[in-house]
Amino acid sequence: MSRESALPESALPESALREVALREVALRVRALHAGHGERAILRGLDLEVAEGEVCAVMGVSGAGKTTVLRVVAALQPFSSGTVEISGVALQPGAVPPESQLRALRRRVGVVFQSHALFEHLTALENIMLAPVHALGQSRVEAAATATRLLEALGVSARANAYPRQLSGGEAQRVAIARALAPDPQLLLMDEPTSALDPARRSALGESVRVLAAQGRGLLIVTHDAEFARSYADRVVVLSHGTVVEQGPASQVLTQPTHDATRELLS
Amino acid sequence: MIRIATRVLSIAAVLGVTWACAEPPASPTSAAPTSTEPLRWGGDAEGGAPFVEADAAAPTRVRGFDVEIATMIAQGLGREPQFVQVAWASIEQSLARGDFTIGMSGLEDRPALHERFAVSLPYYEFREVLAVRATDSARIHTMADLRGRRVGTLGATMAWEMVLAAKSTHGVVPVSYDDDVHPYSDLAGGRVDAVLLDHVLAERSLRRIGGFVIQPEAVARGHYVAVLAARDSALRDTVNATLRARMRDGSLERVFRSWNVWDAEQAAFQQQVLRDSVASNETRTARRDTVALIATYLPALLRAAVITLLLSVLAMALAVTIGIGLAAGRVYGARPLRILITAYVEIIRGTPVLLQLFVLYYGLSDVVRLPAFAAAVIGLGLNYAAYESEIYRAALEAIPTLQLEAARTLGLSEVQILRLVRGPQALRLALAPMTNDFVALLKDSSLVSVITVVELTKQTAIYATNAGSWAIPGALCALVYLAMSLPLSRMARRLEQRWRIA
Repeated sequence: MSRESALPESALPESALREVALREVALRVRALHAGHGERAILRGLDLEVAEGEVCAVMGVSGAGKTTVLRVVAALQPFSSGTVEISGVALQPGAVPPESQLRALRRRVGVVFQSHALFEHLTALENIMLAPVHALGQSRVEAAATATRLLEALGVSARANAYPRQLSGGEAQRVAIARALAPDPQLLLMDEPTSALDPARRSALGESVRVLAAQGRGLLIVTHDAEFARSYADRVVVLSHGTVVEQGPASQVLTQPTHDATRELLS
Repeated sequence: MIRIATRVLSIAAVLGVTWACAEPPASPTSAAPTSTEPLRWGGDAEGGAPFVEADAAAPTRVRGFDVEIATMIAQGLGREPQFVQVAWASIEQSLARGDFTIGMSGLEDRPALHERFAVSLPYYEFREVLAVRATDSARIHTMADLRGRRVGTLGATMAWEMVLAAKSTHGVVPVSYDDDVHPYSDLAGGRVDAVLLDHVLAERSLRRIGGFVIQPEAVARGHYVAVLAARDSALRDTVNATLRARMRDGSLERVFRSWNVWDAEQAAFQQQVLRDSVASNETRTARRDTVALIATYLPALLRAAVITLLLSVLAMALAVTIGIGLAAGRVYGARPLRILITAYVEIIRGTPVLLQLFVLYYGLSDVVRLPAFAAAVIGLGLNYAAYESEIYRAALEAIPTLQLEAARTLGLSEVQILRLVRGPQALRLALAPMTNDFVALLKDSSLVSVITVVELTKQTAIYATNAGSWAIPGALCALVYLAMSLPLSRMARRLEQRWRIA
């Protein structure tokens, strides 16, 4: 573990790149089976995300992309297989109570597609919530961290705005800041580009690269091939609940070998 | 004087019955042929014997000495008596709007009555007597002996006026009741130290309940009269003639004897009435002017409004606290707890709050003897808690799952999620229905007068009886209620507007 334990003291863009050789596995999924009742959605899925790596999960609707993300975030149970996040393992079966998920929650941050900010709190309060109440930081400390994150993501001017007063792009950056506040090793993002214009999309891409450069693993569920090609290190293509193709983004997305991948690119 | 004996039980009986006519003539006077329409007379069968009660053998008929006197009067006019059921406290209002021709049901004579109505001569003299516990019988004989003690009586009666007067002269603590049974049961139980009421009611309660003694000294004397509309003064004179005739021929005495309310004092009283029969019946025309009336009533109404507000705020605070607990239990609790809470909510919502207040105050008085105000707060609070819990439950369940999942991924515990995310958002949804409920509670608080709390509506009713009209007291009362509820609605709307963003 070479990552700093606190949030980037230096602003995000100046962070140094990590040596590939030092990378450890941030997420390891083996033979994962999960479903809704009788209906199987994931059928023996294998997946790894290294620290400092941006991994894009792609696939047509119903391939199981969001289910992977929800299982890793311990929001949904799985029936068999293993899920390990920086040394913390999830067991098959019902999702355990939150009291047993403390270690996992600290290691995994989630950015939801519809940002899911708390409507009754300002942007700053949204970001401070977990550090103050889950991690026991002082309000001063948490506010300083939150302000730094908002600055790094370019939305510090909106610190005191309520979610309903934010644009889609602003809301998403606040949601990213909220997920980063507890300093997770693994960040999960669900369709982060779906509500963004091209300019904001590349800004998001840059932020993603910086987060990876700090040593975090990023698992990004997306159907945006252009975004994946530009900013992901690796692309994993799902079809019917299993990985059908994976490799460096440039390779998979320019020379697809599987029909599912070709369908995505068409 | 007539009132509700066992109100909860008798309400059903009274409501379910259409009173057709009074009992047929019981006196031996000749039945005059009836050529005109029936004589409609109003009384309250909830008051029971010996005044007016439903006939146990034929519940659609009424019996009692007032029934028999009404029958005599009708016969004197050559008409058939027809009974009209009306709540005792509303007899005058009901007469004023023309529901019947004569009102008589233990109606007490008082000066205000003569200002608005044609009043018959007094046909019975009652004594206001003190009832006390046997252990106090040597010590308490007059109002002066009751300094600092609680004295119960019926609201809006001559006795109530006397107790109120004794509050300032002797420092007694007045306790108002809506019926004539509970003052005596509370006396026996120790909730009040004395009851001032007329000897007819006192003796009736002594027979039925016991556990107290009636002091022989009369604190005051009063008379029962019949009332007619002011324009019916000619008819009133005929009624008086009939009453005098029945006093002379002894049939009135027989009626009172048959209901066990005759004594030597009545004989002397009848002689007196027959002697100065002419003098007593002029209709007084002096009317108190409106401004003076308002000036007299407003301070007391405002004091009563403070009681109403205090009661409502405390009851609502209790309802919100318990309601939140119930809602949380129903959303998060295990199945047995959820079933228990659901049962509570359904029982409370499915039964009248009036019944709940009665049970809490009187029904449980053997187990826990709550002071009236505390019982009112607890009763209304527990009742509204059921409604609040449903509002909160719906609000909690309306918070999107995604918000809760987002909170979980941040590492918040379930309790923290409820406290920091779900609860505050639910509160915003619950605000409008809560405001609604509080305004409703403000008005429902008037129900607690049945357990002796004198709040705004009760105070107004007392004044309305006093003034002989609901117009001014009613308008004042409405204004005071609006002055309390409108700012509240306004505040809630503002808060809602602010929360539309947050």
